[in-house]
Amino acid sequence: MTRLSRTAAERKRARRSSLLLDTVRRLRKNGLAVVGVLLIGLFAVLAIFAEQIAPYDPIKQDWTSVQKAPSGEHPFGTDELGRDLLSRIIFGARVSMTIGIVSVSIGLVFGVALGLLAGYFGGIVDSLLMRVMDIMLAVPYVLLAIAIVAILGPGLWNTMIAVGIVTIPQFTRIVRSSVIEIKTSTYVQAARAVGAGHARIMVRHILTNSLSPIIVQSTLTIASAILNAAALGFLGLGAQPPRPEWGVMLSDGRLLLLVSPWIVTFPGVAIMLSVLGFNLLGDGLRDALDPRLRGSR
Amino acid sequence: MLKYTIRRLIAIIPVLLGLLVLISLLIEFIPGDPARVMLGQHVSEEALEILRERMGLNRPFIVRFGIYLGNLFRGDWGTSIREGRPILTILAERIPATFELSLAAMIVSSVVGIAIGILSAYRQYSVLDYTGMFIALVGISMPVFWLGLMMIYVFSLVVPILPFGGRLTTGVALNSVTGFYVLDAIVTGNGPALGDVLKHLVMPAIALGTIPMAIITRMTRSSMLEVLRQDYINTARAKGLASRVVVLRHAFKNALIPVVTVVGLNFGVLLGGAILTETVFAWPGLGTWLLDSIYARDYPAVQGGVLFIGAAFILINLLVDLSYAWINPKVKYD
Repeated sequence: MTRLSRTAAERKRARRSSLLLDTVRRLRKNGLAVVGVLLIGLFAVLAIFAEQIAPYDPIKQDWTSVQKAPSGEHPFGTDELGRDLLSRIIFGARVSMTIGIVSVSIGLVFGVALGLLAGYFGGIVDSLLMRVMDIMLAVPYVLLAIAIVAILGPGLWNTMIAVGIVTIPQFTRIVRSSVIEIKTSTYVQAARAVGAGHARIMVRHILTNSLSPIIVQSTLTIASAILNAAALGFLGLGAQPPRPEWGVMLSDGRLLLLVSPWIVTFPGVAIMLSVLGFNLLGDGLRDALDPRLRGSR
Repeated sequence: MLKYTIRRLIAIIPVLLGLLVLISLLIEFIPGDPARVMLGQHVSEEALEILRERMGLNRPFIVRFGIYLGNLFRGDWGTSIREGRPILTILAERIPATFELSLAAMIVSSVVGIAIGILSAYRQYSVLDYTGMFIALVGISMPVFWLGLMMIYVFSLVVPILPFGGRLTTGVALNSVTGFYVLDAIVTGNGPALGDVLKHLVMPAIALGTIPMAIITRMTRSSMLEVLRQDYINTARAKGLASRVVVLRHAFKNALIPVVTVVGLNFGVLLGGAILTETVFAWPGLGTWLLDSIYARDYPAVQGGVLFIGAAFILINLLVDLSYAWINPKVKYD
């Protein structure tokens, strides 16, 4: 009985100290991070259940109610083609969240792989890869994304590819620096001594121990990816009409600013709140995952 | 210091060369026939052949790259297909507008950002601190183009006190000496033009400066907080120095290094953000020109524009690095 209760206590302690639970516990204490999670949650629900939540078809034009101001019937008003803005913003959440997640996944997969290779093997591989990253970083993000889309052509997929490529250097740098730090540690040497191969060491021992900065960077990068994609949409190089993308909606409403300011206002607020959500969560995660702050509260 | 500067300048060469390769590859990756993409579907085979010949599209990539590189060194950046003028001439016309806007945005963002950052750190966990940090967080999440449009709505349409686009009102006379209108107006002693130019500059500068302002605010605050905990700050306080002196002279000077890095790095970001801001405010700079070139598939112009912005970005980053030694004598380069 005593033995059993001690095992339960040990288990409880082990659970409490687990990284995930500890992070969640610390995040819950951070008011701003909670706001971030709530905002992301809101947009995630809108994105997933858009069909059920949106009151109207987002691309159906209604010539009898063109540029209607916000009212009970259309809470966010209608646009120049009589489309319900609230419905377009709800469906726009799906587009923006998809862009954020897909493009960051592209950056993550390539960035982590390249960072692991550069940091682990060092030497010529490292120099070569990092010089390529330097070149990519030599062009401002928006400009690089614009240049890539200029070649690939406008469209939703190409936007995701362009925004994704732009994020690769950031991930590569972060992973590389943490690999360099970890690869000399004793447990990696031990793994090597028992005969573990390069791939196993890189993935099982190094990557798993450099997850914290990668998680933080991913969250913050989703925010900038949403912003960049909206910028491309606004410039006419991103998602194409009639797809309800927030940047495109802003661009459509530009010329009607004086008569129908709501067409521009609401998509902008949506972009800002979703980006804010990811920025708040990213900041919170950075604090929660920082080993120097761990256990301090 | 001189040795370090030379070494850094040499280190720039491979990066610039890489950037050149990347930009030259632009055309290589265009799906289909680049000449047809640039000129459109309804042109004669002769016209296509002339363009192919002029751009060296009939030759292998490596030859074309060699020719492009050679021409660049001779000061020939190619000719814009859309405008039929040398790209370097167009760049020279456009650069002052973009730099003037970026500089104005930099000044706005640094002054406001550093001020809020210092106040927030000085009164940590006060209402002031929370307000400052909230502004910074919202600023970082704000789409520049949306903020621009909202400002136009409020200050140009609802309460029309500021012009909504361009650099100068039509009819206002200004002799262009440098292309930097503020400077031109001052040099020629043209008061009315100066007022008009500044009025045109206000909204684009604020819109473009918002994100850097937010970043600078956060950096200044955290850097100040770190310095304010140091022993020499306590010593300064113990000596009975006024709080203002301690914060500004003892703390801020030492907190400046990371702030300068952020300010410098953001100048490059501004050059990128300028594309969006210029579009919203019809600002006749590099950004609008580059975008028009992209829409018109004027690839030589796109190459030139991207190359110029990339090179400017790299050089600014180098200047930021070198300025450390000037701010902090403890930083030594060897």
